Amino acid sequence: MTQVSRAEYCVIACAEAWRDAGEILASPMGVIPSVGARLARRTFAPDLLLTDGEALLIGPDGAVEGWLPYRQHLALVTGGRRHVMMGASQIDRYGNQNISCIGDWARPARQLLGVRGAPVNTLNNPTSYWVPRHSRRVFVEQVDMVCGVGYDRAADAPHHRIPRVVSDLGVFDFATPDHSMRLASLHPGVSVEQVREATGFALTVPDEVPYTRGPSARELELIRDVIDPADTRAREVGH
Amino acid sequence: MADKTMSADEVAGRLADGMTLGIGGWGSRRKPMALVRAVLRSGVRDLTVVSYGGPDVGMLVAAGRVRRLVVPFVTLDSIPLEPHYRAARERGAVELTEIDEAMFMWGLHAAANRLPFLPVRAGIGSDVMRVNPGLRTVTSPYDDGETFVAVPALRVDAALVHVNRADRLGNGQYLGPDPYFDDLFCEAADTAYVSCERIVETAELTKDAAPQTLLVKRHTVTGVVEAPNGAHFTSCAPDYGRDEAFQKTYATTPWPEFAQRYLGGDEQTYRTAAGEGA
Repeated sequence: MTQVSRAEYCVIACAEAWRDAGEILASPMGVIPSVGARLARRTFAPDLLLTDGEALLIGPDGAVEGWLPYRQHLALVTGGRRHVMMGASQIDRYGNQNISCIGDWARPARQLLGVRGAPVNTLNNPTSYWVPRHSRRVFVEQVDMVCGVGYDRAADAPHHRIPRVVSDLGVFDFATPDHSMRLASLHPGVSVEQVREATGFALTVPDEVPYTRGPSARELELIRDVIDPADTRAREVGH
Repeated sequence: MADKTMSADEVAGRLADGMTLGIGGWGSRRKPMALVRAVLRSGVRDLTVVSYGGPDVGMLVAAGRVRRLVVPFVTLDSIPLEPHYRAARERGAVELTEIDEAMFMWGLHAAANRLPFLPVRAGIGSDVMRVNPGLRTVTSPYDDGETFVAVPALRVDAALVHVNRADRLGNGQYLGPDPYFDDLFCEAADTAYVSCERIVETAELTKDAAPQTLLVKRHTVTGVVEAPNGAHFTSCAPDYGRDEAFQKTYATTPWPEFAQRYLGGDEQTYRTAAGEGA
């Protein structure tokens, strides 16, 4: 077995988001979350529902098992039986996320996608985030446009939860008294200093930081030979 | 019964400056592009465009026809950022009402149901509230007392949608995997125009397809346009996929050059210029 790559640790860290999730829809956005969700579905989260990226629910072998057009998908979100992993162009210490624009909203320096479904996601179903290139441009003191709602702005929201943030450097959660971001695990080969250096706000770092677990032999085989034989995962993180 | 067939240019001729247009499809999927091209050929301007935005938004904005957009996103799917929308936003050339995808859907439902608003658990805590200072909230009158956003009805003057088949009466059929929100757009509109790949006899609609493919009902439709390849270069499954090569040309060619090369003449001229995919 060749050495486990950074991308493969990221796959495991994303897959873990759906552990014990039960019979809910996994909505991964991005290559590595998609590989992670499919890995979870084939191993420790067999009840997950997955889409083909459009309107069909499919099993691991691609067999169609259901129909989920956008109108039903948006309704399913509000029913809460879904855990989405979205991207983030910016994210702050409380998990406020931005994918709309950079700079002043009225006349942005860089127009991005728009708020998309981030507002409805964060108020209705568990929402995790995936950041393929951890940097101070992404992990910022304050986001320019709050799309996904963070813990400091979700006080009265009954279904708000951000289980984890996965980046190419580590895994983060909000298990602190004020729900600010905490370093939960480091991917092997990454130092605490490296994470601090790449983060634009003060991160809570426990005295003992574990490493992100590696894949089992079976998981590695599934990732490399079955789910992502073309190694598209490596291109997303660049290492 | 009324034969509602008309040409795309007749549809555009019924639109007026300052109107609110609802445009069906999603991103770069099953967009009524032949109708959008007809709007571009007409002089109509100062439009408010309500759309799950794709190149429909990009082209209308690039051509300077839009005063205000109501969108949760604008994307070309395989090319995540719509270049002309992006350029327009970055030079402050268009007003924007930016709302969440679900708020948008419930806004269409409110309009279709003749309600002034619908309560939605979305938006609160986000900057959607900051950038839309007119948005109001509503508190549950029941014991839970939760506060929701009261999404205003997204009523439109005219809806433009593209489907796979239709009859002359305005019954529209989709044959792909997702209806998107095209029926809702028609129900939320004062007038609705349906373009289709092919007009067929009513009886033929369900000859080889299930009745639930009949998405758009004739009582919501004002005009029917036969427009083969009318969604080009966006996808129109199962008739054709997205013309990725042409979409790339659209995304990388300066707008004046693109408009001159492809949009100077009628639909037939466009199809000839755009090549075999069109």
